[in-house]
Order: sequence, then structure tokens, then C-alpha cells
Amino acid sequence: MSAAPEQTAPGGTEQPGDVLAEAGERVLEGGVGLTEEQVRRVLALPDERIPELLALAHEVRVRWCGPEVEVEGIVSLKTGGCPEDCHFCSQSGRFPSPVRSAWLDVPGLVRAARQTADTGATEFCVVAAVRGPDARLLAQVRAGIEAIRADGNPIQIACSLGMLTQEQVDELVAMGVHRYNHNLETARSHFPNVVTTHSWEERWDTLRMVRAAGMEVCCGGIIGMGESQAQRAEFAAQLAALEPDEVPLNFLIPNPGTPYEDYPVVEGAEALRVVGAFRLALPRTILRFAGGRELTFGDLGAKRGMLGGINAIIVGNYLTNLGRPAWEDLDMLEELAMPIKELNRTL
Amino acid sequence: MSAGGVYCGYCGRARDEGDHGACARRLGVVDPPRFCAACARRMVVQVTPGGWTASCGRHGESRSA
Ligand code: SF4
Ligand SMILES: [Zn+2]
Ligand SMILES: [Zn+2]
Repeated sequence: MSAAPEQTAPGGTEQPGDVLAEAGERVLEGGVGLTEEQVRRVLALPDERIPELLALAHEVRVRWCGPEVEVEGIVSLKTGGCPEDCHFCSQSGRFPSPVRSAWLDVPGLVRAARQTADTGATEFCVVAAVRGPDARLLAQVRAGIEAIRADGNPIQIACSLGMLTQEQVDELVAMGVHRYNHNLETARSHFPNVVTTHSWEERWDTLRMVRAAGMEVCCGGIIGMGESQAQRAEFAAQLAALEPDEVPLNFLIPNPGTPYEDYPVVEGAEALRVVGAFRLALPRTILRFAGGRELTFGDLGAKRGMLGGINAIIVGNYLTNLGRPAWEDLDMLEELAMPIKELNRTL
Repeated sequence: MSAGGVYCGYCGRARDEGDHGACARRLGVVDPPRFCAACARRMVVQVTPGGWTASCGRHGESRSA
């Protein structure tokens, strides 16, 4: 389906039509995401039109994804000491961040999975701060998954362990990992300003292997790392081309010791525009509220985001940062009458 | 970490030196303590979905409520 025709002004000069009207046709009715150029126009909408944008994004989400919200918890299995230089990350060993290296033991992992399942979450993501996994890390992941199953916990397990080889992809599939997270982080054109120790293309290669092996692809990024509006639109279009099952949207938490420690926190209105725009670019994708929403939105914003196209959240704490207590988000979902996706519905 | 310690859990500097208002806004909202309030050593911190533990080589472990 193509974009709605542009309006022609009386003088004969081409003027773009109203992008939300175009989105109504193309995205809401047709189920097809906005083009990069259209996303750019959404991101340029004035503040007064944000409520209209969010209302449309919410309608799109309900029409193409349904009313349910997918709840997930995440835990850091191996914290800190990463050899890569992602400039936003407090776990890079290259920056003077106060985060020290730590490994979570298997009983700790089982407890974290249990805490997560008890919130009603269907997803538990095991994360490690590494360029890619080595044999020791994969053995720990395998032991962890076996112990979580031995605990009688049926929660689905996702992993985020950096870049993979084909053998490692196959190993994770054999362990029963059903979704793999690997973020492209930002627009391809901006990536070299954010990371210099590996390329965007190397990340893309891992995602391609994950998809081909039959694991679900979870791929998102972070807003607020000095990218332009045009690069946000570029990023949305690149994600749409990947057709991921899930896109986690993070907002930069400027962490001490990292190159981005003095970057401003993304402003709430700006972040809501991004939420709405990404939903209109990705009408059928699980769009997950992830890190940074606490600083960027406060409590009110979380609700506005949930009513603006978001259909999944990470509850509880993140890897090195804290989140809102899980019960606050669960209460919010109840208040919004948004049902939590149940495990048996996803199996 | 007790707010009454000698050192700031967020930035590790002495509490009576400078302003720690911004540190206080981060602590407990998006950050667990990173520095021991008694000796300013960087602590080993593990964040889990429901809480955190932080341990100082000299002063032992503290955890979220
Ligand atoms: S690869 Fe991951 S853990 Fe390592 S620096 Fe980059 S974001 Fe941080
Ligand atoms: Zn301080
Ligand atoms: Zn100490």
C-alpha cells in the first residue's frame, strides 16, 4: 500500500498533507507502517497535536496488536567489565563508571526468575555485559535455564548476550531460548558516534542468524544519544525493515563516568512524540517501554505512553539501574483495564 | 545505604562537601548506591528485578528493603 497522495496547493506548489490523516488511512486502516519521511513529519508535529498523535497510536496498537500488554522482567547475569565502548553504557570497562564487575550465581538467577513470574510476567530476559558469549557464559546460561525449569517455573526465557556465532545461535535454540535481544541502538548513520569497537553491520548479522534459526527477534535502541530527528526517523525505518517481533524503547539515563553523563534527559513531550511515531512506523510489533522512562516521564508519562501505542513493559529493576516497583506498573495496567498477556496464550 | 553516612552513595564524595541534591534525586529512583557510605569504596552491586545488594570489601553487604 502506498502513501496517501499529497495535496496540491492552489498555487500549484506541492504541500505535504496532514500526516496524521495519512496515518489514519495507511496505518490504522491498512496496517502498514509509515515511511521514513512520514515518521519525520510526525516527529515534527507541534506539542498541541501530541494528544491526537497518541490517540491514533493507541487505536493502531489495539487494532493490530490487541488489548493485551506483555510484561517482562530482566536480570544481569554478568555485570560490568565489558570490552566494548558503547558510550551510553555504565558497564563498559573502558569508562570510569562506578559499576563494578559481578556475576549472579544460579540460585540468584532462579530467585530473580521466580520474582518475575510472580508478577504475572511471561518473559524473563537474561542479560550479560559482553561483546559476545564465551563457553563459560553459555554454560552458566544453560545451568541457569535448567535450574529455572527445575524450580517449576514455566516463564519464557529470552537472552541478550551480545554478538553470536552460528554455533552459539544453535546452542541457544537447543537450550529452549525463544527470543533473543540484540539492539541496533540507534540509526545506522549515527552508530559510529556511539560505538567504535564494533559496527552496526556486525549487529545486523547476529540478528539475521537469530531470525533464520527461528528465535524471535527483539531489537530496539535508546533515544537521546545526540541523534537528530531525521536520524530517529531513519532508525524507525531501519527497525521496520528488520521486522522484529519486539522493539524495546529506552530513553537515555545519563550514567556517571560514561561519555554521555552530561547529556540531558529526554524531555517528556519529546519522548511521547517518539512513542507515537514508532508505533505508527511499527503497527504490528510488540513495542516495549524499557529503561529511562522513570526519569523521562515520571508516573504520569508512563500512563500516557501506555495509552499512546506501547503494549509491553519491563517491570521492576533493570540491569544496573532501578525501575519503578513492579506493583506500581501492575496497578497502572489494572487501572487502565489493560489485560496482561498470559503464558498459555503465547505458547 | 543510610543517608546519614559520611560519603554519598551516588558520587562517593564526602557528604559535607558540595551539594548532593542531584545525587539524592537519582538514588533510589534509578540508581542503587555505588559507594560505601562509611569508606567511599566502590561496592559490588547486583540489581535484580525486585531489589539490589551492595557489598563493600570492608563494611559488608547492604540491601534494598
Ligand atoms: S556491548 Fe553491551 S554491555 Fe558492552 S558496552 Fe556495549 S551496551 Fe554495554
Ligand atoms: Zn553525591
Ligand atoms: Zn565500606
